[in-house]
Amino acid sequence: MDSMQNMDLKAATLEYVTRLGDDSVVLGHRISEWTSNGPFLEEDIALSNVALDYIGRARMYYSYAAELADDGRTEDDFAYLRDERAFRNLLINELPRGDFAYTIVRQLFVDVFNSLYLPRLMQSADKTIAAIAAKAIKETQYHLRRSRDWTLRLGDGTEESHQRMQKALDALWGYTHEMFELDALEQQLVEAGVAVDSTALKSAWRDQVAAIVEEATLTCPEDSWAVRGGRIGYHTENLGHLLTEMQFVHRSYPGCRW
Amino acid sequence: MIQQHATWVERLQRREASPYPEIWNILDQVKDPEIPVISLWELGVLCDVSYESGNYVISITPTYSGCPAMETMRSDVISTLAQAGINEVRVRTQLAPAWTTQNLSPAGKAKLQEYGIAPPDPEACGSCGLTPDAGIKCPRCGSLDTQRISEFGSTACKALFQCQQCLEPFDYFKHI
Repeated sequence: MDSMQNMDLKAATLEYVTRLGDDSVVLGHRISEWTSNGPFLEEDIALSNVALDYIGRARMYYSYAAELADDGRTEDDFAYLRDERAFRNLLINELPRGDFAYTIVRQLFVDVFNSLYLPRLMQSADKTIAAIAAKAIKETQYHLRRSRDWTLRLGDGTEESHQRMQKALDALWGYTHEMFELDALEQQLVEAGVAVDSTALKSAWRDQVAAIVEEATLTCPEDSWAVRGGRIGYHTENLGHLLTEMQFVHRSYPGCRW
Repeated sequence: MIQQHATWVERLQRREASPYPEIWNILDQVKDPEIPVISLWELGVLCDVSYESGNYVISITPTYSGCPAMETMRSDVISTLAQAGINEVRVRTQLAPAWTTQNLSPAGKAKLQEYGIAPPDPEACGSCGLTPDAGIKCPRCGSLDTQRISEFGSTACKALFQCQQCLEPFDYFKHI
């Protein structure tokens, strides 16, 4: 990654917004899989709304990436015409939707993270990135309240809901470490005032998550394992399957309009 | 009571100072595709009109990041101006300042209410600023004895409530 250190700011920013777009589109697609499969109508609508917020963020990040790239590509090229290894999303976003408890625990982890990350991203020296963050934070406040409420309700619910929530916490915990790691590229952008230093958010994230988990009568897992690789394009097997579904129409009917 | 928010007053001043009042007036015909009683101007989505190298540039801002109505709004702006004989038009999406329900015009809020959608009520939200569990005024019977059924309603910008008095469910336009 040493060559990254000399990357010019524009190229580095392009890579950074593509990463943020990848996080958003992959998670948005995952949540959208609940549409028409939600446990009841209101929850179905809520999950679809949250999915839409993420897909909207992806569009804003990718549109900006296309503008920075200035090579004729559009937001659609970023979403639909890149292969698995080109995606740079954090792994937690690509994991299958699982059961409802699993979806809620992932949302809790991501929502607490975003509630810390986005206010700092609003201070970015890059005005477009700051503007996207300013829109996204308003939505995240609603997302977090919902994922927190569900965590309390299910954790402190029936024996089965409690057990499912604990199982989801244990299964997802090892994927949270990656959220707080910086590579040379993001380090360079942190120094330029463009990116957020996510390493500095870890203790606040842990405190907030632990407080909610404890209130929900659940237990935070030990740090016994960690999985990483999304930011360099090493993914779990799940991403390829997700992209197969997400990109199918676009790739099968190139240039199709209606 | 309907308050005159600073952001609304600022929007009104920008419109009144604009050298293109005829364009703003034509654009008053463009309604929100999901809530057809309220115009893009009243909703606060229409931000500005300018003239750059032979084109009128219409700036609009999305309500929520993933608002699926943006494309329809964009094409409605273009077709409405075209019907008035104005074809040199570009529509620009503007992200900052982020849209807020404080952009809504007082007339727009009254129209929402009439249409059966409770307008945003920042006072009922309390310190967290988010949608309350109860106490949003029913747009049908006026009762405050209402309960939130769902944090997210039929579109991203709304939550779902039910009135305990007249028993009707209704949409509430979320304060953001």
